[in-house]
Amino acid sequence: MTTSDYRNEPEIAISGPPTEARDSDVVLEVDNLTVTFPTEDGLVKAVRGVSYQVRRGEALGIVGESGSGKSVTSLAVMGLLPKTARITGSARVLGEEVIGLDDAALSKIRGKRISMIFQDPLTSLNPVYTVGYQLAEAVLVHNDVSKQAAEKRAVELLEIVGIPYPEQRVHAYPHELSGGMRQRVVIAIAMANDPDVIIADEPTTALDVTVQAQVLSALETARKETGAALVLITHDLGVIAGHVDRVNVMYAGKLVESGSVDEIFYRPQMPYTLGLLGSLPRMDEARGARLTPILGTPPSLVNLPPGCPFAPRCPIAKPQCREEEPALLPINESGHSTACHFSAELEGAKPGDLFKPIAVDADALSELEEQS
Amino acid sequence: MTTPPVPAQTSPEGSQTKPVLSARNLVKHFPVRSKGLIKRKIGEVHAVCDVSLDLYPHETLGLVGESGCGKSTTSRLLLNLIPVTSGSVYYQGRNISELSHSEMRPYRRELQIVFQDPYASLNPRMTVFEIIAEPLRIHGLFADGGRQKVRDLLQVVGLNPEHGNRYPHEFSGGQRQRIGIARALALRPKVMVLDEPVSALDVSIQAGVINLLEELQEELGLSYLFVSHDLSVVRHIADRVAVMYLGKVVETAPVEQLFTAAAHPYTQALISAIPLPDPQKERARERIVLTGDVPNPINPPSGCRFRSRCPKFANQLSEADKQRCIEEEPALIDRGQGHESACHFAEARELVKLQA
Repeated sequence: MTTSDYRNEPEIAISGPPTEARDSDVVLEVDNLTVTFPTEDGLVKAVRGVSYQVRRGEALGIVGESGSGKSVTSLAVMGLLPKTARITGSARVLGEEVIGLDDAALSKIRGKRISMIFQDPLTSLNPVYTVGYQLAEAVLVHNDVSKQAAEKRAVELLEIVGIPYPEQRVHAYPHELSGGMRQRVVIAIAMANDPDVIIADEPTTALDVTVQAQVLSALETARKETGAALVLITHDLGVIAGHVDRVNVMYAGKLVESGSVDEIFYRPQMPYTLGLLGSLPRMDEARGARLTPILGTPPSLVNLPPGCPFAPRCPIAKPQCREEEPALLPINESGHSTACHFSAELEGAKPGDLFKPIAVDADALSELEEQS
Repeated sequence: MTTPPVPAQTSPEGSQTKPVLSARNLVKHFPVRSKGLIKRKIGEVHAVCDVSLDLYPHETLGLVGESGCGKSTTSRLLLNLIPVTSGSVYYQGRNISELSHSEMRPYRRELQIVFQDPYASLNPRMTVFEIIAEPLRIHGLFADGGRQKVRDLLQVVGLNPEHGNRYPHEFSGGQRQRIGIARALALRPKVMVLDEPVSALDVSIQAGVINLLEELQEELGLSYLFVSHDLSVVRHIADRVAVMYLGKVVETAPVEQLFTAAAHPYTQALISAIPLPDPQKERARERIVLTGDVPNPINPPSGCRFRSRCPKFANQLSEADKQRCIEEEPALIDRGQGHESACHFAEARELVKLQA
């Protein structure tokens, strides 16, 4: 079985100047979204002004490391953050504002217009109901159909996501299924009402690679069936490369680079993106070269220092970077944007030009060697 | 990297160098017990079945496979951390699998392990200094300049020696994994078992730890058994690779050969399933998607254990050939691909094109 060509043909050109934003093709529009959590240590600024748009049928990837705010952004859109979270800005699903809606109003949109797939399928399914019941429930909430029809639809949905013997499996409880199967059930529930947007938050992170391949192809099938746009949130650049049209790179609660998947992977112009790509061990490159890690750790989101949040780890940081935080600005007409004062200098840069393959303190190591 | 003398043949007979650690026919069964008061034994999980491995000096042997394939159990058997059901482990010619706890102690100095989860493997109530000093104290080596040794170790793994009096929770995941590595290095081991040492880390942090491990190996002449599910990391760091499936080694090969000429259908599926961080290649790639899930190790399939998911078995083989897969367990031998694989119908395939 080969699934080499699984992508939806985008119905419209993916890229366009941001001024044409408010056309009817935009299914999800996030505008200057901020999320802050009050804690004992102070305010955690998890998301600090994120704006992006997703067009009909398009697949957008959001990459970033743990704590970069990539999940919080989408949880805010879904209205799933705890009550303590302070949210400002706006998020519109098909033009309708969802930030600040009460639960009853949100329930009409969730599942119907926008649905979400979480990382851990065992906690997103209810252990005391059969998967068939949970699928039928998703259908019944938004459609005025009989129970029998909903159950029939449940079997159909399981078949679409590639679960063998769906007639029997509808009667299974989540614990009776393997991790990959559970995640496919979650995908089936997410696509049950033909949503316009599916947000998948690390959908394959807990799974083995061969199962990951199965789940990703189920996700592609779901998109083909429903024509839904996809927001794929992951830390895995490999998964991003194969499954999206555009990529947003997040760091410390902000987008730091945004562009088409080819621009991000072949022509990145933000040091953090370059650093991420240089950190990856790659199967398709000759062996023997050292990786180029990014030194240091991501900043605490409680007391962010002024300036660019990446400056302390950035090999090309200059005094200006520590004073003024760069905004996400377009660097060409196709919509490739970066948040870096010195993006222009990074045209055609390779990770190895910036980052050094530093690993250990050479003097200390030779001293240790002498001791033994 | 100083390339270690990788023997052309993977069997010890054909090479000049002797393996530093070798396992012969390792078997580990875990009992499955009934619920209730009297926990009768009602079955056995066949976690590791007849695994033989050789680790040569200065070499990194990658042990890869998916969850539940027995790779971590194998690594613990190799260090005699859990008793074997049968089989033996030889360290420098001596069978260590039958040694008692106290007899094992001198060998522990030379055989160390780094665990996957840097949050669970460091005692939260000990300072970093004490964590690294503990092995030195246990082996009576602390009195002889131990304080300085710990400081040096911290510096070697890229941590500030001034931070010795801090506690593990004050460090990030990557830093904690460095503490775990410093602790393993404290007794100057010859062999280190690295059990998924970078799986819990973010990519930008992971790269630093991988570089550290490579550099330590070069400078200190360590031998690594690198257990991982991540084939791209293994390809980067390992010299030879053994692929496990459901308690058995299904293929072993020098690392380049495994990726350019994988012979076992499982290895092929595994390699083809790894997403490449390259959009154009990723779109054009041939992908082998396996059906189904790993069978229950309490009752593994007869004959070839992979046949229940094997695309070759399902789509290409004739009935007579299939019968062979069902009845006869394939041996781990070279079938003309230049390395060993456990498939009756092994056929080399190139699944990753190297960049020109």
